[in-house]
Amino acid sequence: MAIPKVCGIETEYGIHAAGPDANPVTASSILVNAYAAEVDRRTGWDFEDESPDKDARGYAREGAMPPMVETHLANTVLTNGARYYVDHAHPEYSTPECVDALELVCHDKAGEEVLRRSMLAAASLPTAPVVVAYKNNSDGKGNSYGCHENYLMDRSVPFGNVVAGVIPHFVTRQIFTGAGKVGCETMAFGSEPPHFQISQRAEFFEEMVGLETTLKRPIVNTRDEPHADPKRFRRLHVIVGDANLAEVATFLKVGTTALVLAMIEDEMLPAKELALSDPVRAMHQVSADLGLGRPLRTADGSTMTALEMQWEIFAAAQGYAKERGLEVVGGEQVGEMVLDRWEAVLQGLESDPESLASQLDWVAKRRLVEGYRERHGCAWDDERLAALDLQYHDLRPERSLFARLAMERLVDEVAVREAVTEPPRRTRAWFRGRCLARWPDSVVTANWDSLVFDLGTDPLRRVPMMDPLKGTAEHTDALLEECGNPTELLDRLSS
Amino acid sequence: MAEREQKRRTAPSRTETEVVEETSPSSPRGEKLKADLDDLLDEIDEVLEDNAEEFVRNYVQKGGQ
Repeated sequence: MAIPKVCGIETEYGIHAAGPDANPVTASSILVNAYAAEVDRRTGWDFEDESPDKDARGYAREGAMPPMVETHLANTVLTNGARYYVDHAHPEYSTPECVDALELVCHDKAGEEVLRRSMLAAASLPTAPVVVAYKNNSDGKGNSYGCHENYLMDRSVPFGNVVAGVIPHFVTRQIFTGAGKVGCETMAFGSEPPHFQISQRAEFFEEMVGLETTLKRPIVNTRDEPHADPKRFRRLHVIVGDANLAEVATFLKVGTTALVLAMIEDEMLPAKELALSDPVRAMHQVSADLGLGRPLRTADGSTMTALEMQWEIFAAAQGYAKERGLEVVGGEQVGEMVLDRWEAVLQGLESDPESLASQLDWVAKRRLVEGYRERHGCAWDDERLAALDLQYHDLRPERSLFARLAMERLVDEVAVREAVTEPPRRTRAWFRGRCLARWPDSVVTANWDSLVFDLGTDPLRRVPMMDPLKGTAEHTDALLEECGNPTELLDRLSS
Repeated sequence: MAEREQKRRTAPSRTETEVVEETSPSSPRGEKLKADLDDLLDEIDEVLEDNAEEFVRNYVQKGGQ
């Protein structure tokens, strides 16, 4: 049975530091530490339950390279329940757990605001270099970094069903989730490199299923690290997405995927009819198909375009909503909003993609690039086009091209600013964030599924939070209100 | 629910006439979009980093997921 699609987004930001000795790890640490100092965050991350090398298929393939957990870099937990840290050579912002796509758009935008405030905080440090953050997925030279989504799933659903069900969606949802890219940077297209792609990230995928995230990237990532009760829950870790600035794109990326996963859990997605004969190749083909008309070969020997496949998935979702309701994707209101917007965007893509220039990143960027090309008569390899692409993603308000495009908003700026400090009310992020805000000196470490308190007496006390839907404002506000200090809280919780 | 079912799944031929008209460059909305883009392109060189070639060359991101 489908369970609520608690969801989150982790974004690795691109980073650039000026100066001959600029080092991306140092620059990332400067951003995270400058922000932590500014908001006075002292709570670190607890690595006890981290196991990114666990494979959802129950085994690790020979020669597979599981990701490593780095414990020595800047790492902090914020009062909104988010984690903000240095991962590899990037600042990474993991939103708190949200209950629906709209709430997640708000927290994803709050993440951008945290990065902007970090840049300002870093700029006020006397010796720090100028550090700039970009919300994109590649450097144009063959190096990619991720924007990962996470969704709560029912552990009892066989992982094979998840794989079969999500692949057609992950390959074809690019047509609205793509962030757009000038040129290409891998060998994915052989002798026909595209001048412009729908997706930043698609060409980096080389396998269908696997554990890696940095090499031989798979369309379905098998990392089995639920950050919750492993007997009941799975966390689907999605690594195929582009980092979106457009709110409509993020909303649809998350909203449609949550619906697809609910349909998989309830066995209502026609996965067999949608199966592709070569998903990895199709992934690349869709990214290069600006005309949205390229037929993709399906496993049953026929063909379907990405748009046709999205219409099929949409139709299934509509039937699902009618039969089962939309409670698991956050309720009727937001669920209907996902369906309406999904339909409108597919219609727009079908009739006139340009009409979506204020809603989708790839359409907006393409329009800008084409306009610039026309005006200056640039060849496709003109560096100014690459610069324009990069600056679309620049987070500095005075440099961001995205910020100048008057893109449609789904959440208001007041709510975004509030989400910089306030946790979502309907997940355990509430308890995490509230405890951090109230007792910053007593919470010594935190992670997704526990908090560790230092009450001044041995030993440290760990509070497990194994259910993402417990620890909400509704569950814990009265309790938090009644407790004057963390010792009282721990006593109440253990009694 | 029934209402949405009626409007879904339009064949490309049907919507083409409807929406293309609305946003073609000659329509008011199309004109506005074009004017906005022109304004942005007018000022874009002030926003773009000075030396595009160097800026692009220096943007290197090793070590990502």
